Amino acid sequence: MSTSITLLIPLLLGIGGFIVATSRARRFSDVGSGKMHSLPKYHGYLVALSIIVPAYLIIFLWLFFEQSVLRGVIVNALPDALTNGATPAQVSLLISQVQQAASGATFGNPDPAIVEVAGRLREAVVFSRWALPLVIVLVGLATAAVLVSRIAKRFRARNYSEAIMRGLLIFCATLSILATLGILLSLLFEGLQFFSRVSPIEFFFGTRWDPQIAIRPDQIGSSGAFGAIPVFMGTLTIAFTALFVAIPVGIFAAIYMAEFASPHVRGVVKPLIELLAGIPTIVYGFFAVLVISPFIREWLGSIGIAVSPTAAIVPGLVMGVMLIPFISSLSDDAITAVPQSLKDGSLGLGANRAETVTKVLLPAALPGIVGGVLLATTRAIGETMIVVMAAGLTANMTVNPLQGVTTVTVQIVALLTGDTEFDNPKTLAAFGLGLTLFLATLLLNLVAIQIVKRFREQYD
Amino acid sequence: MMENVSFATAGAHARAPEMPVKMFGRKVEVFYGQKQALHGVDLEIPERQVTALIGPSGCGKSTFLRCLNRMNDTVAIARVVGDIRLDGEDIYDKSIDVVELRARVGMVFQKPNPFPKSIFENVAYGPRIHGLFKNKAHLQEIVETSLKRAGLFEEVKDRLDEPGTGLSGGQQQRLCIARAIAVSPEVILMDEPCSALDPIATATVEELIDELKQNYTIVIVTHSMQQAARVSQRTAMFHLGRIVEVGPTEKMFSNPDDKRTQDYITGRFG
Ligand SMILES: Nc1ncnc2c1ncn2[C@@H]1O[C@H](COP(=O)(O)OP(=O)(O)OP(=O)(O)O)[C@@H](O)[C@H]1O
Ligand SMILES: [Mg+2]
Repeated sequence: MSTSITLLIPLLLGIGGFIVATSRARRFSDVGSGKMHSLPKYHGYLVALSIIVPAYLIIFLWLFFEQSVLRGVIVNALPDALTNGATPAQVSLLISQVQQAASGATFGNPDPAIVEVAGRLREAVVFSRWALPLVIVLVGLATAAVLVSRIAKRFRARNYSEAIMRGLLIFCATLSILATLGILLSLLFEGLQFFSRVSPIEFFFGTRWDPQIAIRPDQIGSSGAFGAIPVFMGTLTIAFTALFVAIPVGIFAAIYMAEFASPHVRGVVKPLIELLAGIPTIVYGFFAVLVISPFIREWLGSIGIAVSPTAAIVPGLVMGVMLIPFISSLSDDAITAVPQSLKDGSLGLGANRAETVTKVLLPAALPGIVGGVLLATTRAIGETMIVVMAAGLTANMTVNPLQGVTTVTVQIVALLTGDTEFDNPKTLAAFGLGLTLFLATLLLNLVAIQIVKRFREQYD
Repeated sequence: MMENVSFATAGAHARAPEMPVKMFGRKVEVFYGQKQALHGVDLEIPERQVTALIGPSGCGKSTFLRCLNRMNDTVAIARVVGDIRLDGEDIYDKSIDVVELRARVGMVFQKPNPFPKSIFENVAYGPRIHGLFKNKAHLQEIVETSLKRAGLFEEVKDRLDEPGTGLSGGQQQRLCIARAIAVSPEVILMDEPCSALDPIATATVEELIDELKQNYTIVIVTHSMQQAARVSQRTAMFHLGRIVEVGPTEKMFSNPDDKRTQDYITGRFG
């Protein structure tokens, strides 16, 4: 039976259980005296949830362990003559031969032993495909039978079904936290490996970044330099250029939309600005390379200013455009959240609109605006595609946006693309950079969230 | 001219001295979109007295009040017709600067709305935007006298740099009154200034209003008949966008002419 049908079974069982349980509960509520503790539908929910949740758990665990069980089946079935004294690598080669034979992809004349084991494997797979739905149905029916038989006036079905729902919600919430933790741990693990080879002092305070290491002794090449300061300076230069564009434009756009635009104009302009946030960053990358870069070089070149082809200003400007909606929509929210009564208070004292905006609305909305700016900053330093396309690969100790720079994200991409081995400092350096970047953005995000939260509480 | 029109104190109950008319409205009509909220309201507001606007909810008291300093301009769909004058000057005339008008006709709102700034900066807000002070010492003096007049100075003198939003409801409302007085308006409009306050804070604000009328002309909207009786010298009864009766407060409360006024103040409708 195919997996997709198996996936449907719990749902069908659940619906069936719901119908049976509600109708039985309804019959109970009709007879005898006293009120039902729970409405019939809650008896239905309880039965449905008790069928569906364990069923999917079983499916998940089954599919999760199926592969290793099947491997065990193969290894057991392989004749001792083939496996005795074989290295683990040889065993896995044998296993994949069996798997290929089982799926019908055989080349030449396979070993009859292998063909026989492949037959066993096929049987096992078929068994597994049928056993799973059977188990689900049996477990589901048993659960339903027990719960339906327990339906009674005082049975607290509502409390139980709410508890199951709460458990599910907690599970989903925990899952996202676990995912974050997992990412952090894997980064931490690789990052620590890097720092065990390259001293953190060199990494955080060194001013030369040149991670290429000679692979063969006869190659010319340095032994690698891992001073990350120039890389972070590149990231910051680009981020500041971007914020230099995005902050004023975003805030002014927000003020215009919140205070001066008619509802009609606002209805058109706001979605248009937010559209900027939906453009894939690779498109911004094209735009930077094909339009902004030549334009800036020609324009500044014509007044005698030399601009490097990978100058920070190009990705910076384009990223600034990308960040406008982040700042404008959060600032717009912050400004419109300022109560009308404060605006009236200001206008009632004879302030005009501009004074009201600068003296009352902006200060009151400031925490929200700052939160927006910080979120935009984390986007700016983590942005990858635009800088991969428009920034350079050579690290330069500079904060001049007209000079070529590289960024943390560009370096990570460069270090990890192509053939890589995970045991030399060059590759591991990517994780050192990634870890630092992750921690920096995490910190910025936490601060931003804190600020935004404080601002939300202000008018309660 | 209107300055010469004296306000007739009809009836033996009127103890208030005759006062010149500070503001008046003639045939004031207000439309919110298609909906008409005021139908030809005539009202005279005597100088340095407290005029109370009473009436059931939705009858147009706030609407009329907001016409007096053109706060209705901020409502996009509102349209005001009729003649409203301050010292004989048409305040809806093209030549009138709204900013200047609102400096002369200040407003205190129903809910205290201090700015999220320090107590000092709240009061200094008006003087700052209108450039009413010569130097820092002068500004300090303005803030201090305004707070004193609003009866708040003693309570806050040690913490002028703390946020105004940290004060209690009654203190906040007095802060808003101080903020309004700081620009030395001639008229102060108050829209249910005590509705968010407890009885003690209400009593403080009422005492304050009583004192303020020596220097300012005050128009107050209130839902409390006792408050209208306590603080005002003149009362106007609104009903369904019209004034059904207006006269000296004592007469209105002891011997109203109109059946609806009688019913309203005795609590039979509204
Ligand atoms: N901004 C507005 N838009 C549309 N209609 C409004 C607006 N403000 C007031 N109105 C309408 O105008 C009428 C008078 O309202 P107003 O606020 O003046 O009443 P009020 O006497 O102050 O009532 P309350 O005692 O409840 O404050 C009401 O019918 C109200 O629905
Ligand atoms: Mg009102």
